[in-house]
Amino acid sequence: MNPEFEEAIRDASLPDKTKQQLRSFLEGKEITREQFSTILDRVINEYMNTRIEACEAVGIIAAQSIGEPGTQMTMRTFHYAGVAEINVTLGLPRLIEIMDARKEPSTPTMTIYLQEEFSGDRDRAREVSWQIEAAPLHEFGDIVIDMENMQIVVQLNAAVCDKRKISVADIVEIAPRKIRDRRHYRDFDHEVDEKGAVMYFMPKDKESYQNLFQLAEHVRNVIVQGIDDIERVVVRKESGEYILYTEGSNLKDVFEVVGVDTTRTRTNNISEISQVLGIEAARNAIIHEALSTLNEQGIMVDVRHIMLVADMMCMDGEVKQIGRHGIAGEKESVLSRAAFEVTVNHLLDAAVANEVDELSGVTENVIVGQPIQLGTGDVKLIAKPLN
Amino acid sequence: MVPDHQIMSEEEVQQLYSLYNITSEQLPKIYHDDPAVKVIGAKVGDVIRIVRTSHTAGRAESYRLVIKRPKK
Repeated sequence: MNPEFEEAIRDASLPDKTKQQLRSFLEGKEITREQFSTILDRVINEYMNTRIEACEAVGIIAAQSIGEPGTQMTMRTFHYAGVAEINVTLGLPRLIEIMDARKEPSTPTMTIYLQEEFSGDRDRAREVSWQIEAAPLHEFGDIVIDMENMQIVVQLNAAVCDKRKISVADIVEIAPRKIRDRRHYRDFDHEVDEKGAVMYFMPKDKESYQNLFQLAEHVRNVIVQGIDDIERVVVRKESGEYILYTEGSNLKDVFEVVGVDTTRTRTNNISEISQVLGIEAARNAIIHEALSTLNEQGIMVDVRHIMLVADMMCMDGEVKQIGRHGIAGEKESVLSRAAFEVTVNHLLDAAVANEVDELSGVTENVIVGQPIQLGTGDVKLIAKPLN
Repeated sequence: MVPDHQIMSEEEVQQLYSLYNITSEQLPKIYHDDPAVKVIGAKVGDVIRIVRTSHTAGRAESYRLVIKRPKK
């Protein structure tokens, strides 16, 4: 392409994506200088026309654009989202979850991408998954309750430990510590025979069988390998690389596992993202989650509407819900808030605090029966009166 | 997932305010203990430029004012 044209495109006040499209359109085409300037002018003109007018009520447009297709969504969908046996909340319940900015989604799940050295090989991917999936002690050996001597005998299986890449010494150290710290059960002593890979657990109260069985339950289920919150991991091959899908989510700990690609790994727990990666990442996550939830149901909503919602939710530095505890509850106008939810409380508080309503918004003016203050003023600006 | 965050110089901030005819109060906020803010070491009162990869525009700039996290 003519370098002159290239420069003109670069300096034009257009968004990057439009410039890119223009470049790829002009690529390899013979055009004169005159034609080029006509094309560029038209593109700029078209772009200016598609921009939203100042003072347009974009919020209402967004609300309707998401709300109407939303009525078509399945009310209750418990879907197995294509991934082997991992249950993910989808459809309307999930959309409500996102908009409500819940602290924890009803089905937390992660999509873990692996670094290149690990993503191509099934066995190496499996190795990473063992570092992540929470594995209780009973998966590593036999647990026998010896009632005669009032003790619990754990015979570790060396072959399993070897396959799972965890040493007997590690298990022996982790198991008693985790029963005390994580499960908060301390009424026991333990002895270790590392050579024979055997552990003995004795309850402090030698008389009670109940305590013995209680202890056995803790010993059986103590997590000795993996991350506690992640109950299951499924390894799947997708477009040439192995990806881990999990049930349960813990972004911070997963990021510390060797082999995890931290740039692409994601979770559906938005509040966790905002804590670990910050508000901007949370904004991106809201857009991604809402858009994929809608698209999954075959509903095409323009990203701009969702971006507006996500921007509103993340305006103040933390993720706020769309509701009376978040955005709707922070409106300036008393009448507008009262019209939404918990009317009496708002009116009462406003009366006590001597609040004044400026009647500048839509809702307030509808309530008092005045024309609303809204619009771009285009009609007056564009259509000139004849005289 | 995390877009690029940069601390803006005083001049750039003034230019921004006059371009859009706004005050610092009208900018979106970000808390001082936000992980992305901690990484670049911004202080309360700084303005941060965020370069996002946008679905619509390809590349979009956004700005946030660093504020202290309010006590609950």
